Amino acid sequence: MKYLTLAATTLLATSAYADTPELVVYTYDSFVTEWGPGPQIEAAFEETCACDLKFVGMGDGAALLARLKLEGARSDADLVLGLDTSLIAAAKETGLFATTSVSAEYNLPIVWNDDSFVPYDWGYFAFVHNTDMLPPNNFRELGDSDIKIVIQDPRSSTPGLGLLMWVKQAYGDEAPAIWEGLADNVVTVTKGWSEAYGLFLEGEADMVLSYTTSPAYHLIAEDDATKAAAPFDEGHYMQIEVVGKLAGSDQSELADKFMAFMVSDAAQTVLPTTNWMYPAVLPDAGLPIGFGQLIEPEKALLVPSEAVPALREEALAEWLTALSK
Amino acid sequence: MAHRTLQVSTKTGISAATLVLALILAALGAVFWRAEFGSLLGPADWAAIRFTVLQAVLSALISTVFAIPIARALARRQFVGRSLLVTLLGAPFILPVIVAVLGLLAVFGRAGWLNAGLAAFGLPAVSIYGLQGVVLAHVFFNLPLATRLLLQGWQTIPAERFRLAAQLGLTPQAVFRSIELPLLRQILPGTAALIFVICLTSFAVALTLGGGPRATTIELAIYQAFRFDFDLNRAALLSLVQLGLAGSAAVTALWIIPSISIGGGQDRPLKRWDAQGGVQRMLDGAVIILAALFLLLPLGAVLARGLIGLPQTPASVWQAAGNSIGVALLSIAVLLVLALPLAGWIATTKRSSVEGVGLFGIAASPLMIGTGWFILINPVADPFVLALPVTALVNVLMALPFALRILVPPLRDTVQVYGRLSQALSLQGWPFWRWVVLPRIRPQIGFAAGLTGALSMGDLGVIALFAHPDRTTLPLQMYRLMGSYQMEAAAGAALILLALSLGIFWLFDKGGRWHADA
Amino acid sequence: MLTLEQGLIRQGSFSLAANLTIEPHKKYAVIGPSGAGKSTLLGAFCGFVPLTQGKLLWQARDITHAAPGARPMTMLFQDNNLFPHLSVQQNVGLGVRPDLRLSSDEKTQVESALARVGLADMADRKPGSLSGGQQSRAALARVLVQARPLVLLDEPFAALGPALRNEMLDLVDALVTETGASLIMVTHAPEDVERIADEVIFVASGTAMAPQPARALMENPPSELRAYLG
Repeated sequence: MKYLTLAATTLLATSAYADTPELVVYTYDSFVTEWGPGPQIEAAFEETCACDLKFVGMGDGAALLARLKLEGARSDADLVLGLDTSLIAAAKETGLFATTSVSAEYNLPIVWNDDSFVPYDWGYFAFVHNTDMLPPNNFRELGDSDIKIVIQDPRSSTPGLGLLMWVKQAYGDEAPAIWEGLADNVVTVTKGWSEAYGLFLEGEADMVLSYTTSPAYHLIAEDDATKAAAPFDEGHYMQIEVVGKLAGSDQSELADKFMAFMVSDAAQTVLPTTNWMYPAVLPDAGLPIGFGQLIEPEKALLVPSEAVPALREEALAEWLTALSK
Repeated sequence: MAHRTLQVSTKTGISAATLVLALILAALGAVFWRAEFGSLLGPADWAAIRFTVLQAVLSALISTVFAIPIARALARRQFVGRSLLVTLLGAPFILPVIVAVLGLLAVFGRAGWLNAGLAAFGLPAVSIYGLQGVVLAHVFFNLPLATRLLLQGWQTIPAERFRLAAQLGLTPQAVFRSIELPLLRQILPGTAALIFVICLTSFAVALTLGGGPRATTIELAIYQAFRFDFDLNRAALLSLVQLGLAGSAAVTALWIIPSISIGGGQDRPLKRWDAQGGVQRMLDGAVIILAALFLLLPLGAVLARGLIGLPQTPASVWQAAGNSIGVALLSIAVLLVLALPLAGWIATTKRSSVEGVGLFGIAASPLMIGTGWFILINPVADPFVLALPVTALVNVLMALPFALRILVPPLRDTVQVYGRLSQALSLQGWPFWRWVVLPRIRPQIGFAAGLTGALSMGDLGVIALFAHPDRTTLPLQMYRLMGSYQMEAAAGAALILLALSLGIFWLFDKGGRWHADA
Repeated sequence: MLTLEQGLIRQGSFSLAANLTIEPHKKYAVIGPSGAGKSTLLGAFCGFVPLTQGKLLWQARDITHAAPGARPMTMLFQDNNLFPHLSVQQNVGLGVRPDLRLSSDEKTQVESALARVGLADMADRKPGSLSGGQQSRAALARVLVQARPLVLLDEPFAALGPALRNEMLDLVDALVTETGASLIMVTHAPEDVERIADEVIFVASGTAMAPQPARALMENPPSELRAYLG
């Protein structure tokens, strides 16, 4: 306990759990809801660890990092789950994360060799649309069409930032021209993923920036085959979600155990149909059936995490200029 | 003629004002203090400031101007369902932003009813996205508030004035000039300033309906500075700009407001003899129907979507609803403790500009207040333990300017009309509040309490940093549902939220007017 | 005995000088043209209008800066003498205890005051449902329970008909005689002066003159008063 606790109840609760170690994991909100992976992961891990696993949901990936920076070394968290490749560089810069030896037989389109963060799931960004329309094959075609899209703001959401990186990685110096082409297709820009997806479902746009795995949710959970992701021939940008251990954790061993658990079969079979992302390690039973019908991008795009901060500045300025006209 | 004016709750009022300022400035100071490196405001920030001011001015002007005919029509017409309509008018204001936006889009969006109707007649579609959409949404949120404030003002005009007008056979135009215009001059500037300040901190509405980064507001820039750049210095500077803008609005408005009293009457029920002509009736009817359609159609869409989703809402939503009710009730209690002495002080001090204190509460970026207090509290105590009091306090800060706007005018009237008599009877301190102020302004206390409860209920991100992991509030739970693809369940949760917010508002608002004479 | 010593009230371009004494058990009428400062004089006595110069003494004690409620007087205004949201009984009760925590003796006191002014069966009514005369009676009942040595009337009965007004004046006359209070009343009507006043304070040209015996003054008015009486 790092805090002078104020409430007597907290003190009592602490003594009751005195011999059960508590592992605190900061994560994003949607991970901990009853549809998210949180409850199943918690139950499965607690069966093996003789500990009390506590997920604390707080906003999205960016909010997690801001929270950590505010708390600094005093943080109560042992682990942070839910940062993605765009945020890794900024996370490492805080000096708050410990290195780890946990690794696994990853089923990722790229080679993973980060010594601090363990990937637990991943996906490709993609534009999702209703199957009654003919989707464009790339950003150029999209820009030339009069298809309406909803995207997220790169200044307030991780998918928005992902799209920025996607266009930049695929087109480099031509990115401003691509954005100018897209400007009249963008119906609006939202604060986060939920708002954008909500607008799309309401019929406000023909396509929405989401994941190639989004149609799997509709297919598996709602038995609805009317949603599809459009394959783009310049490739799709990846989002790899990672878990990391804090250097200040007082449960270092247990934290390593948890990271190993996250890439074990028990956790990996849960993730696809709760977090709606690809598992980082292929489960023994393979992928859920709906996942077989998803598009397979021909090319995976990813900016190395250490290059993200500089590239982000440049891409953001280009994006602002093009869309503010 | 009372030259020696009654002093009401001066000390407690000043303490309350100091507390409010301290809460905000301590947060701002903490953010500056933690800022390690800092950048100054860049061209993008200045563009955001310009856009913020533009949309806030337009939203405030349009909301107040349209509120005049609506409040006037409601004030002089009695019809079945009038009180229900007045209550429902409170609804848009207390809706979580995303719910209201989806409701608006169901009517005005690309695939909305309006465009479907236009298409049926072969007319070109209109786009909601852009400055027009931002202003439309802000008017949707704030027109009802302006209407309620005006309506309340109309009800403070003594019935005797309308008798006099009827006696003199004044035309509606003459009634407007002689009775209503002086009232409007007193209420409109404050109302417009309030709406301007609310719109200053707009973020998600402006972004979602603004159609892109052209519609970047200061609040979005603050969000970006905190969340993505972790540039605390820039965040604090931007917060300072917000506070400065709100402060100038407050000073301007309070400077325009003439400090005249409407005067006392015998608390007779308001009955009007003017505007009985057919044209006037038709005009009022048309205004009421148009306003009701504009405000109720989007709410209807929220209702329709919510009813479909209601069966899918999980038990966790109901738990969250319980938590939200608790937060709302606590907020109401804190508000009354803070707002009543403050209002008493403001109503009797010559420097009426102190009412501006209240406006700082909503002008301060919630993210800034939350972050600042997190920085202050985190080293000494678990933020989760303090989640409830901090949430209530911050909610009260947000509701305070509305409460003051509601409470100060009737309090000022009470003091002007009954101050002399009270002084002659040595009525002061608690007996003065107990026997004179509270009974006379009970309807307004109910209104302010209801509004605070409803605002607290629908409040989302004020203090995400303090959100207790096991005690999620209803709006947060609704967002989590949306984030988990559970759009229909989220719509159900939104409906529950709407019902609870309206319920708590109705309960207090009605309670305040129950058996009240005024 | 109330003494206004070398009093001067200045409000912008308006000024009123007064140097006068109010004796116990006497009834004074304040008369004079509109705008001369009759109400201002009463306001100065009561503490609503501050003195620019001079002193106000009660039994040789300086009360120039005393709060209105702490002065030995009670005043009825032109209007708003009752709180419309309180019952008649509560309105009168405020005269006994501002916090309305009345003992049973005090409640009896209120009841008998209401009975004295003829409102015994109106105790639970609100002022709005009373006639003008009844409202005046309720206010007078409060004056009665306040039992202050000085009663000030700033034309509270101006809106009543002649018969009703005379009835009220007679009631006031009886009440102050019973309580032994002095009465200072602003009036426009010479017949009121004749009906009730012992002395007259004539206010004109920026001065409130010292009281003079009513009968003598009215029978032989100085030129300014003659002009006012017409």
